[in-house]
Amino acid sequence: MYDFYKTISKTKIDIVYLGETVCSKRKLLRRDDWLEIAEQLKQSGKEVVLSSMALIEANSELAAVKTLCSNTDFSIEANDMSAVQLLKNKPFITGPSVNIYNPSSLKMLAKLGLKRWVLPIELSKEALSDMQSEKPKGVETEVLVYGRLPLAYSARCFTARSHNLPKDNCQLRCLDDPDGLLLSTQEEQKFLVLNGIQTQSAKTSNLIMDLHELINLNVDVLRISPPSKHTEKIIELFHKTLHKAYSASEANRALQKLMPAGGYCNGYWHGTNGIDWQETTEEILCQLS
Amino acid sequence: MNNVNSTKMDLVCPAGNLPALKIAVDKGADAVYIGFKDDTNARHFAGLNFNEKRSYQGIEYAHKQGCKVFLAINTYPQANGWNRWKNAVDLAAKLKIDALIAADIGVLDYASNNYPELRLHLSVQGSAKNSEAIQFYYENFNIQRVVLPRVLSLKQVEQLAQISPVPLEVFGFGSLCVMVEGRCLLSSYATGQSPNTFGACSPASAVKWQETPDGLQTRLNNILIDSYQSNEPAAYPTLCKGRFEVSNNTYYAIEEPISLNTIELLPELQKMGIAAIKIEGRQRSPAYVKQVTQVWREALDSCEHNIDAYSVKQQWLQTLHSVSEGRSTTLGAYHRPWQ
Repeated sequence: MYDFYKTISKTKIDIVYLGETVCSKRKLLRRDDWLEIAEQLKQSGKEVVLSSMALIEANSELAAVKTLCSNTDFSIEANDMSAVQLLKNKPFITGPSVNIYNPSSLKMLAKLGLKRWVLPIELSKEALSDMQSEKPKGVETEVLVYGRLPLAYSARCFTARSHNLPKDNCQLRCLDDPDGLLLSTQEEQKFLVLNGIQTQSAKTSNLIMDLHELINLNVDVLRISPPSKHTEKIIELFHKTLHKAYSASEANRALQKLMPAGGYCNGYWHGTNGIDWQETTEEILCQLS
Repeated sequence: MNNVNSTKMDLVCPAGNLPALKIAVDKGADAVYIGFKDDTNARHFAGLNFNEKRSYQGIEYAHKQGCKVFLAINTYPQANGWNRWKNAVDLAAKLKIDALIAADIGVLDYASNNYPELRLHLSVQGSAKNSEAIQFYYENFNIQRVVLPRVLSLKQVEQLAQISPVPLEVFGFGSLCVMVEGRCLLSSYATGQSPNTFGACSPASAVKWQETPDGLQTRLNNILIDSYQSNEPAAYPTLCKGRFEVSNNTYYAIEEPISLNTIELLPELQKMGIAAIKIEGRQRSPAYVKQVTQVWREALDSCEHNIDAYSVKQQWLQTLHSVSEGRSTTLGAYHRPWQ
């Protein structure tokens, strides 16, 4: 983990979201270790945001969120309304599991201190365009442009279930599979990925060919959800495309070579099934530029 | 503010149409919940739900017998559909509905600002599972009740009941959502339509039943959800309840076709001060509503009458199993080993 973040500190990435968001039992690092990494990243010029858990049920989990939200050295990403409540009246960020589907919701949360929000995973560029036109001043918009999609959360741990283990004695088997457990149909279609209590898409969302639209829609922040490999290269490809050192097609060709098991998707962005991949051709890109 | 000393839990029953509403009222529901005929509610199915005229008729029928009517406007509007949700809230206020069940922050904000007299319940689609989240909706929108997601253990429900700023409603019986409601996008990932955006999970328009030489296959937008041998009963291809392959094993990797049934937990729920038990199933027939309401009315009355002598009758279980998904039931997340 330390090595990963040391590598990240040397990349062109501007903002780093830190912390465990899925399982309170999966304590790869202690709280003080996270804070130490946060401090190192800050010193290397990164904006650091501490992320809170998406599913807060047990009293111990709520207590941990309270402690996190009392931190005044770093911004906090709320991934549950409990964190929004605890952060009200100070600047806060919401992650993709906080449902902000319309301008009224955005305006209401902006009054409480929202300074950055992430477009819900299942919303399209049309929905984003509508949101952007009514976005309150001073609020930044972020969109997930690369990574497996967080699709669902449950009380049940599907990884423990796959090993025939009870959740209370899960033996942290999820650590055996850094990219999660692949779930396929009986026709061997790679469909979903089990990540403990979270279910992800087997396909990786990749909006590199849609960057021009994201720029035109005045999106402030692009989010990359890192796979277990190639994160530095993926950051570089997006960064260079953003700064016109590469064309989107060049970067896409390079990303195709790094394609994880399951392939790529971009359907949600194009207003269709999330699992779909829509080709954007060179001609369309030329017309748009 | 919680209901710790309460001895009576309300029975909240589903009504997908007027006949179902009437039968639920007749069989002893304390409240029924309905939705309008569009994507403003999470049971947006063809041929289901209420227009304005039917809503008036239903409310009149229920109120004459002392039964309340709740209305669900519990999906998440986007900007291009906002007026539909706004009009639905306006109509709910005009109908003088007993409570509006909502999830979206924008909808709750609109309702509480424009109709402060309209009682608001936080829908299960609002995903509030802890006291701070509930406090958020109470402080900002003055919600008077919260419907809990089906992800808490019984112990966690008990702890929450002690500190929640508003009374709790819990699911008692019906289809089991395995994922936290309001945060499950599996359906739109496969079909483009989800409970949040469209008001339906694994929508019927995407379903295909296909006879093949290898047996019956069920598909959702052409994705194979399950395949059945000739002697196996086939289930509706709800996305999370199919057989998939993980690590070379083919099994119900997420959950099997099964219904939630908490009838054995009634004494514990009553002692905790739970305000109401919700029955799922607005998409089901009036016959389902009749049978389930009858059983749960009897069970709640029995528990209220003498909590220590309460025991689950075999006949109740038989009736409930006969209308269950997969003809089997579970305690779901209430029972820790399920998790």
